[in-house]
Amino acid sequence: MSTTKLARRAGTGRTGDKVFSGAALGAGALIVAVLFAVALFLVVQALPTFSAPAADITGGEGFFTYIFPIVIGTLIAATIALLIATPIGIAVALFISHYAPRKLARGLGYVVDLLAAIPSVVYGAWGASFLASQLKVPYQWLAENMGWIPLFAGPASSTGKTILTAGIVLAVMVLPIIASLTREIFLQAPMLHQEAALALGATRWEMIRMAVLPFARGGIISAVMLGLGRALGETMAVALVLSSGPLIASLIRSGNQTIAAEIALDFPEAFGLRMHELIAAGLVLFLITLAVNMVARWIINRHKEFSGAN
Amino acid sequence: MATLMTERKRSALTRGRLPKYTPYVIALSAVVIAAALMSLIGFHVFGWAVLSAVLFVIGNVTAAGVVEGRRKATDKFATSLVYGAFLVALLPLISVIWTVLVNGVPGLLTPGFLSTSMNGVTGAVDNASVKDGTPVVGGVYHALMGSVMITLWATLISVPVGLLTAIYLVEYSAGNTFSKVITFLVDVMTGIPSIVAGLFAAAFFAMILGPGTKTGFVAAVALSVLMIPVVVRSSEEMLKIVPNELREAAYALGVRKWRTILKVVIPTAISGIASGVTLAIARVIGETAPLLVTAGFATTINMNVFSGWMASLPTFIYTQIMTPTSPSNADPSTQRAWAAALLLIILVMLLNLGARLVARLFAPKTGR
Repeated sequence: MSTTKLARRAGTGRTGDKVFSGAALGAGALIVAVLFAVALFLVVQALPTFSAPAADITGGEGFFTYIFPIVIGTLIAATIALLIATPIGIAVALFISHYAPRKLARGLGYVVDLLAAIPSVVYGAWGASFLASQLKVPYQWLAENMGWIPLFAGPASSTGKTILTAGIVLAVMVLPIIASLTREIFLQAPMLHQEAALALGATRWEMIRMAVLPFARGGIISAVMLGLGRALGETMAVALVLSSGPLIASLIRSGNQTIAAEIALDFPEAFGLRMHELIAAGLVLFLITLAVNMVARWIINRHKEFSGAN
Repeated sequence: MATLMTERKRSALTRGRLPKYTPYVIALSAVVIAAALMSLIGFHVFGWAVLSAVLFVIGNVTAAGVVEGRRKATDKFATSLVYGAFLVALLPLISVIWTVLVNGVPGLLTPGFLSTSMNGVTGAVDNASVKDGTPVVGGVYHALMGSVMITLWATLISVPVGLLTAIYLVEYSAGNTFSKVITFLVDVMTGIPSIVAGLFAAAFFAMILGPGTKTGFVAAVALSVLMIPVVVRSSEEMLKIVPNELREAAYALGVRKWRTILKVVIPTAISGIASGVTLAIARVIGETAPLLVTAGFATTINMNVFSGWMASLPTFIYTQIMTPTSPSNADPSTQRAWAAALLLIILVMLLNLGARLVARLFAPKTGR
């Protein structure tokens, strides 16, 4: 009597186990499926672009001529963002991990993380209305005094809505990513090495250069790569800040365009071939960021194996 | 004799070092000199601050170089750079929050801003309100509701999928190849540009329901793509730190694995999971680009995520700035946009605060 009862109860429990582990496995499989679906649907919806006659593509000279300038524009904006954000981000991370008073460090870390919490559209609005107008005068100065460098060729934009402004806004958005990731790495630097360096009479900066930065090199590179991934795909800041145009070398004139901003500006009204074209552009962006992120993860994983030695 | 005494007082350890008050003296003189220089070429508060900082660094490093040697000077210089970089990083934060507050508060305090939609607010209405000086009409109720509905649906999709995946990774997979594939793909998903997630949802529903399908649900799917990896990562970390002894104790009592997970593991980790989910919501509620290509724009209240275009706070801000309701008088639209931006920032900050509170309130009791 009691054995059958037990057996029956055990049976229901087993079903529960099967259902639950099945659901967990299913959810995991769903994630794999979704990522493949993202790639698949983008490819399928992008295909008409590649089979369409070259004259029908925006610009009239085929997809490659259309996509090339905005890929370069995307790279320019991301490069500016990284050139500004990397040194500042690393310094901010060092400040929080090694310079700030211990009691303040945690709170200051939260303050920097707040930068990441502000929505991108707000950054875009801020860049377009406040930052752009503040930068008009410096751009004027650059055009007059450094105009012989192609990057600063005049006449400077009268609104300040240039790719350099967009790059600066992107730098602000990438900064918290680089700062928080490198901060984690700096905090993991072996304390014994640091104390040994200080005990041998090194100044704080020498200690950081000898015991912290070499340890963190891989982490810094991967943090910068992840920041690059964000800067490449960021849409709203560029869409709102940049008054776009054809590809030009000058950073202080209106012109240039990025893939993400192009999609955001044109997709809502797009139909037919134009829609497929924009999805193809999105596919290109996806592949670029995918490559960047994979390299970053690869560096992180390689670094993980080494850091275990300490 | 007197000189000899003072020589002796200074110990060998402090010889050749600047006295402690040096930086303050240098700072004071830098501020004064900068003010004098600025008054020659036209005073500007920002320029004054920058010039004083530069003078201070130069003075400090030179003094250290002369008295204490090159190594100390390099150290001082690096310290100044690090402090300077932190101050520079704070500038945009302060500037953004200040800009949004100054421009957003009047609009947010306008009566009816939170309780009315943009239904019936046309360019003529805005022109009239500018001409007569009456308060700006129209509000964000529809966008606020849209944001809430879309985010709610995105959460409903992401949390079960993300949590179950985390459970699979931590409890069932035992580090097999499939789990490594999932972990890698989740990392890759974290890096998907938000606009690409939007395009994916748009392309997916265009294939199923015909081109041009734009509803709140499509937007929710797009946001889920962004939200799932965040939920998986944070839940995974939280499940991992649940002590194995708890699981073993449950197994020893004859409890089935699924009941152990539901009754022991998850309740222990719930505070961390909840705060992770809240942070994920805070992240996606401010996303603009995917909504732009999936939900369309609306000026009326639409509570049905399965049909019709739907407004949301971020796209509301975007459209009010890019295409003002009245092209000739953009001010009312700008005011609404900034007020909505302020509302959005308040929402995100509240969610962030809430996440920390949740983590503290529901933290497992330690028994002491």
